[in-house]
Amino acid sequence: MNPILCFYFQVHQPFRLNREFTFFEIGSQTPERYEDEDENRLIMKKIAKNCYLPMNALLLSLLKKSEGKFKISFSISGMALEQFSLYAPEVLTSFQELVATGQVEILAETYYHSLASIYSPQEFFEQVNLHREAIKKYFNVFPTTFRNTELIYNNNIASMAQHLGFDLILAEGTDKNLLGQSPNFLYRPEGCGRIKLLTKNFNFSDDIAFRFSNKNWSEYPLTSQKYLTWLENTSRMKKADVINLFMDYETFGEHQNITTGIFDFFEEFIFTVSKSGKWDFKTPAEVAKLLEVKGTLSTPETSSWADSERDLSAWTGNTMQQAATEFVYSLEKLAKNSHDPKLIHLWRKLLSSDHTYYLSTKGSSDGDVHHYFSPYASPHDAFIIYSNILNDFKITLENQ
Amino acid sequence: MKVLMFGWEFPPHISGGLGTACFGLTKELSKLDVEITFVVPKLKGELSDAPVRLVGAKDILNSGKIDNTQNHVANTASSHLLKYIKINSSLRPYQNVEEYKNYVETIKGEDGSLQVKQNKSNLIDFSGDYGPDLMSEVVRYSWAGRELAQKEQFDVIHAHEWMTFLAGIEAKKISNKPLVVHIHATEFDRSGENPNRDIYHLEKYGMEMADKVIAVSKRTKNIIVHKYNIDPDKIEVVYNAVEKDDLSQITQLGRARASREKIVLFLGRITMQKGPEYFLEAASNVLTQMPDVRFVMAGSGDMARKMVEKMATLRMVDRFHFTGFLKAPERERLFAMSDLYIMPSVSEPFGITPLEAMKHGIPVIVSKQSGIAEILDNVVKVDFWDVPKLSQSIIDILNRPHLTDSMRENNRRTLESISWEHSACHVIDLYNQVIRL
Repeated sequence: MNPILCFYFQVHQPFRLNREFTFFEIGSQTPERYEDEDENRLIMKKIAKNCYLPMNALLLSLLKKSEGKFKISFSISGMALEQFSLYAPEVLTSFQELVATGQVEILAETYYHSLASIYSPQEFFEQVNLHREAIKKYFNVFPTTFRNTELIYNNNIASMAQHLGFDLILAEGTDKNLLGQSPNFLYRPEGCGRIKLLTKNFNFSDDIAFRFSNKNWSEYPLTSQKYLTWLENTSRMKKADVINLFMDYETFGEHQNITTGIFDFFEEFIFTVSKSGKWDFKTPAEVAKLLEVKGTLSTPETSSWADSERDLSAWTGNTMQQAATEFVYSLEKLAKNSHDPKLIHLWRKLLSSDHTYYLSTKGSSDGDVHHYFSPYASPHDAFIIYSNILNDFKITLENQ
Repeated sequence: MKVLMFGWEFPPHISGGLGTACFGLTKELSKLDVEITFVVPKLKGELSDAPVRLVGAKDILNSGKIDNTQNHVANTASSHLLKYIKINSSLRPYQNVEEYKNYVETIKGEDGSLQVKQNKSNLIDFSGDYGPDLMSEVVRYSWAGRELAQKEQFDVIHAHEWMTFLAGIEAKKISNKPLVVHIHATEFDRSGENPNRDIYHLEKYGMEMADKVIAVSKRTKNIIVHKYNIDPDKIEVVYNAVEKDDLSQITQLGRARASREKIVLFLGRITMQKGPEYFLEAASNVLTQMPDVRFVMAGSGDMARKMVEKMATLRMVDRFHFTGFLKAPERERLFAMSDLYIMPSVSEPFGITPLEAMKHGIPVIVSKQSGIAEILDNVVKVDFWDVPKLSQSIIDILNRPHLTDSMRENNRRTLESISWEHSACHVIDLYNQVIRL
């Protein structure tokens, strides 16, 4: 059997908050003022234009031309699905067309792209179920593969995913997870009898997602031939069963602008790989069925695919992040006891990992990435706005 | 009597007491027939919030030459002045060496030159770019003193704060008119026991070259005598005061409160001198006994970020709020919402803001290490470091409405005795003394 290339693309958009929500509005009980609709709409339309629509079109044509051989997978957060409906329904349609080819797997995640797996197992279960319902509704499929928010992973999370009925879970291929083993095989999470584990090959994934257009990179420019040669060397020397290329979908056209040549690179790469006949494309679910489990991996300490530490520090590293997280989760009972679906939905949107991501005070290149994604001038401003809104929300809940 | 005064922009444009003090003082001086030519630093192209509209003024050419402008100003804020002259300069009040450097970075043009984009403005310019560091800009600003001394008529020079002292000295040298320097704060107030040596020497030089020194409190005078070795007889204490013309508007504002929860307020620059961390620590203590109180920190400054983080560490996210820098209408609104005002300053030469709080009928707690403590009776005064006492005082005041009522009454009476008019009379006496010398 050929070694496998397994693609997974992450699709997510947060509901960005209204940066004009000042201290004076605390107590006004105006949830309709928490989000910046105009900005969210603008950004969605922009990314649809730069990334979602053109890349979906490219993938659709590659899928159709491949005679059923080219396979990919997506995980689409509930937040993204809602914003497609609100601001860019044609994007949803284009994803549906991709799924209709039968060559595209849709994964499961927490609907609200949250860290509930860490802070509230009950909420975690509810969010995953909500997400599965949404996927059924929009794509008529029932996901069997799970990826947690930002690939946050530990033994307990694997266990919870197995409990929820999933066959496969994805994680980052950090040293912490692998402990010297190779990411290029199928594994079993420690303590689990049924669910299997695939880990991201971050070197090869980040070559495309991060380094592709970096002129200071020693390997710039990356050509499909060069890249394929590396993959083949790895497969030959270290005997890879599968190479997992997991990345943010916005890599294509947004983080890496069209002028970098990323679309052409990808098209050529898929074409070259197909022609060589030396690799098979499979979805994650297919990989889990085809390969033998190589061994067990144990991850007692949480890992993720964010920042150089690849742990939880992107969301919990500083005191503002910790305080904000405690505060928002402390509202769970109040929110759910309101029995008001709108308020519960709003509370859950406030759990999105992005809100605490923007509060990070890390410096250097990790800090640059946080800053790139953040709509705020500074993490402290972000904290103040988030806190103002959470305070008004709490008062709103208390007055139900 | 004509005065050449080097000062700082009036409210609402300015941040802090300097501009407020300049406005209050000049307004009353001009009522007493003192004609003031008022000089401020201002960036070319910078918009002014204070509606200074120039009537019959010519545009100023700005390359090396000073055009002799007749800046007759017609507006409410500056109409009491004989002349309002803006000098193209990047000096701003309260900047330390570090902040100035950062500020200058933000105003750099794309080519690295320090020019704000061109605008139809009426600025006096003189050659050279803004100083890359604070000291060189202060020196550059002194040339304005030299130029103005040649063109303007005046009997006395009055320079507010150390950054203008060199300009005042240059004006004195050229004109031979007496110089009064006005100390609103010393480097020891601003920087604790780590004064910047250059600034210290400039303050000292200014006070030595002046004919008289005005200090805003006895506390400040003491610092000047003991740390700068200035003869106490040369130093006159003239207290700051507070604007009272808007009192009727305030009583109309009433006590606008959205919630039943009490609000305790810190309003001022968030910097070491103002003791913000003591406010946070007291808040944390008070909340363990009175969980329904809200604390608000209004303002901005070099310690703001640290205070935000400290609030998070103390886990007061649902009780402690930051507003950022507020302009006058929002400040007034915040006062109207508040139940108690705290000034825990580590070293406050005077402290006008408690007076503003008192105008709104709010009880105040001030640090003993402040100039205003000298003129306030029946007000709770606490050593800035005494967090337990501060915490207890807050609890007492919030819990006892009778206490609050009597404080409010006392404060009202105190306010009546404090006025810029008094200060202005005192200053005029001083002018007369130095003119006669």
